Amino acid sequence: MARVSMRVDGVTYTDEVEPRTLLVHHLREALGKVGTVVGCDTSNCGSCTVHLDGQAVKSCTVLAVQADGAEVTTIEGIAAPGGALHPVQKAFHEMHGLQCGFCTPGMIMASIDLLKDNPRPSEHEIREGIEGNLCRCTGYQNIVRAVQQAAGEMSGTTDTLGAQA
Amino acid sequence: MIPAAFEYVRPTTVDEAVQAVAEGGEDVKVMAGGQSLIPVMRLRLAAPSTVVDLGRVAEMRGVRDEGDVLVIGAMTTHAEVIADPLVAQHARLIAEATETVADRQTRRRGTFGGALAHADPAGDLPAVALALDAEMVVAGPGGRRTVPARDFFVDYLTTTLDEGEVLVEIRVPKLAGQWGVRYEKFNRVAQAWSIVAVAAAVRRENGSIAEARIGLTNMGPTPLRASATEAALAGAGASPDAIAAAARSAAEGTSPSSDLNAQADYREHLAQVLTRRAVTAAAGL
Ligand SMILES: Cc1cc2nc3c(=O)[nH]c(=O)nc-3n(C[C@H](O)[C@H](O)[C@H](O)COP(=O)(O)OP(=O)(O)OC[C@H]3O[C@@H](n4cnc5c(N)ncnc54)[C@H](O)[C@@H]3O)c2cc1C
Ligand code: FES
Ligand code: FES
Repeated sequence: MARVSMRVDGVTYTDEVEPRTLLVHHLREALGKVGTVVGCDTSNCGSCTVHLDGQAVKSCTVLAVQADGAEVTTIEGIAAPGGALHPVQKAFHEMHGLQCGFCTPGMIMASIDLLKDNPRPSEHEIREGIEGNLCRCTGYQNIVRAVQQAAGEMSGTTDTLGAQA
Repeated sequence: MIPAAFEYVRPTTVDEAVQAVAEGGEDVKVMAGGQSLIPVMRLRLAAPSTVVDLGRVAEMRGVRDEGDVLVIGAMTTHAEVIADPLVAQHARLIAEATETVADRQTRRRGTFGGALAHADPAGDLPAVALALDAEMVVAGPGGRRTVPARDFFVDYLTTTLDEGEVLVEIRVPKLAGQWGVRYEKFNRVAQAWSIVAVAAAVRRENGSIAEARIGLTNMGPTPLRASATEAALAGAGASPDAIAAAARSAAEGTSPSSDLNAQADYREHLAQVLTRRAVTAAAGL
């Protein structure tokens, strides 16, 4: 067992974990962060995407011990403290960027990461930016629209981004 | 699935890492970004008894300028390589190929050294290292040695790295003179892995091609140089016809596999087409 300490969605947790524990299982099973889901066994689907020290990663392809000392943000940590949705969450809702919703936490976390690097992405850049995330329902069209809408709302308002980061 | 249980060691220097590998027993495995290793451990295709995590070895990360050579730490992530100003200036072919690797999340964790040490025939970076005549600096219990890329890749998923050795950094000679570069890749939309790809660097002089270096991805168990095409291009006019003629020999001496994505003869065809495109673009036509 290894002692692992990480800050998840603003709260510090210290636990004894087996080195083979994947970050996503630690988040879900030890910390109760079940908003982050597991959709595959091959690191392809992206549904487990979280931010590790501010960068989007597939939490099924990171060991919990590797995140020792890190800051982790999950889908549960991006809404404002009062509960107001993050602009990307709001845009997915408004633009019907989801159907079953299974891919949505990962799509949103990947999209936030993309918009941080590229606040006004073209449609092509959005499709490339979320190429690590698979959706079996929507055909992606409304996901791209949602990211475009969020980009529009967030650009120029770095405050929103900063507050959520 | 969850990996089988293992001992976990997290060194902070290269010396500690080499020692940890030496002490790790027979089934010790080095972990870089884990983007190839964790998936195979999850599928239980690999079950090391000890994992030596290089993630905190700071001296293995980053890019530095050593005059004629750019030195890239093995633990430099794909995302860091893409954003690095020195790479952009002196080894743009690496940045261009790295942009096509996997997806944004995987590029945040996966490393340049890990991709080379993994030596997947469909991996994009081995052929680029080969085309640029890069050298691998390897540390082991006996000290350090330097291996040219052409000797580093031995077979499918196999390099010249010995059991106890760690790839520390990669020395990339800067391209001196008027070089153009291009990475041309053919892959399925939903999978970034190359079916075939071609890395080209072309030096032009007075309207003709003085020198061309061409690396082939997935045209055999190891990355290969398109030597016949390189020879045909040396001193050739920088014209579409001359390039097209030279590209016809791009698959000479290769031994591509046949799999669900493509038959061997189709890969040979792709190698010719992609070589023509890559050289044409690199020559600025
Ligand atoms: C969904 C997905 C898509 C991908 N698509 C592509 C793609 O299109 N093109 C492509 O090229 N790659 C692709 N990859 C692989 C990716 O580039 C990995 O980053 C790379 O293959 C391995 O790098 P790593 O740092 O994660 O190494 P690890 O997974 O940590 O290690 C890989 C192997 O190399 C050994 N190793 C690593 N570093 C060292 C070292 N310094 N010294 C000695 N041995 C070492 C390890 O022991 C292990 O055997 C993809 C991966 C995923 C998950
Ligand atoms: S669960 Fe599919 S990529 Fe992580
Ligand atoms: S909404 Fe169902 S997988 Fe994307």
